[in-house]
Amino acid sequence: MHLHEVLAITDARLLTSGADLELSVQCGLASDLMSDVLRLDLTDGLLVTGLANQQVVRTAEMADAAAILLVRGKDLPAETVALAERVGIPVLATNLNMFESCGRLFRAGLQACAGGKAGQASKEAGAAAGSVAAQQIHRRGTAAS
Amino acid sequence: MTSSEVFKVEELAYELKIGDIMTRQVITVEPQATMRQVKEILRDRRITGTPVTIGRQLVGIVSIEDVIVAMERGWLDMPVAQCMTTRLHTVRDLDTVVRALNAFARTGVGRLPVLDANEQLVGILTKDDVTRGVLKALQAAYHEEEVRRYRASHVFEDMPSDHTSVMLRYDVAVNDFGSAGRASSQVKHALQRLGIDPRVVRRMAIASYEAEMNLVIHTVSGGSIIVEVTPQFVALLAADGGPGIANVQRALQPGFSTAPDWIREMGFGAGMGLSNIRACTDEMNLNSRPGRGTRLTAVVYLRPPSGAEGNVPNEAATDHGGLAADA
Repeated sequence: MHLHEVLAITDARLLTSGADLELSVQCGLASDLMSDVLRLDLTDGLLVTGLANQQVVRTAEMADAAAILLVRGKDLPAETVALAERVGIPVLATNLNMFESCGRLFRAGLQACAGGKAGQASKEAGAAAGSVAAQQIHRRGTAAS
Repeated sequence: MTSSEVFKVEELAYELKIGDIMTRQVITVEPQATMRQVKEILRDRRITGTPVTIGRQLVGIVSIEDVIVAMERGWLDMPVAQCMTTRLHTVRDLDTVVRALNAFARTGVGRLPVLDANEQLVGILTKDDVTRGVLKALQAAYHEEEVRRYRASHVFEDMPSDHTSVMLRYDVAVNDFGSAGRASSQVKHALQRLGIDPRVVRRMAIASYEAEMNLVIHTVSGGSIIVEVTPQFVALLAADGGPGIANVQRALQPGFSTAPDWIREMGFGAGMGLSNIRACTDEMNLNSRPGRGTRLTAVVYLRPPSGAEGNVPNEAATDHGGLAADA
């Protein structure tokens, strides 16, 4: 689903400038708990949230999310909008509540982001052989303090 | 644009397939729809024309000009079939973009329906799609070049030593929510510049961010995030000087949290941080002593070079320099 479709479907407005409205979002994930968000695979997805602070932008950045949709008419402080623009994550805002936002998007065909653990699929073999490295780093970290 | 950039655009026009850049989700109308309905669709979807189809078979195209004519002549309740254009200029999804550019120039139309080998409509192409597609491909090409320039392997090849690693160190201040995430953002950027696999970058960025939030939320005086990158692994150390964790086993339980409510209101403190770090890294180690401080290490292994010896850093290899020398 393209960003302009998300805007139309949720009657949202764009808070950040310079966004590519043709940007495509692959899936959706709704939560106000950023640690829950980081647990799941949000790659190229839309983060739907009622939480309006800088950590939402940082979370989306770390998780490789495509865009953020703020619900319930929330606004973002100017410096947070600037941060989102800097890291290239468009932020949309709708007056709809979380339930209706998700319902409309789902009905329009946006699927839920995969529920697997972050990075689980790409974990590589060799971890067993690697415990030495962790100990090493750990030990040297101790020495560093 | 320099001449080499122009050359690159031309090259892309010959390389890119129409199917790569066309819009796949085509809005279509059926021949029996009325012109009034078409007018509404064009207005609602903010488009200037749409293909007319029976199933996926293209039978015509109706544009905003046709709607204007219909309005002028009072034909709005007539079916599309009687107002649409049936002289169709189409392109194939497997054709190169240069074919589409020629078709645009030759016919003067604004949009080209795209058909597959079975004559079925699979997309639509506008000049905007071409511009966007070429720019995107150009950006990707530049990104590739940039990554190549900064590839970790090049760093390691260009500056040979017996055990080369890149160390990044960040200071994290306690309770500074304005800057929280800055270190992890920079970690992510650095790993990208070093050409690390994007999936690994993402895992490490998430681990670093959770660790950084822990330093911001729970420590007495902040701490450090140290990231070490080698050809074999990326390692993260989050170290602080206290207060330390009284019960490490309990701290590792998903859902266990000592964070106050105001932290929860910021979207954190759900007791998932450590368990998230464990989930997205290959190795995690938590060591803490109340009153002394906490050391969290997490490692993600990179694909080992085939047949290479010593993929895992051994005692002797990592004992010289590194984090110890950094202190």
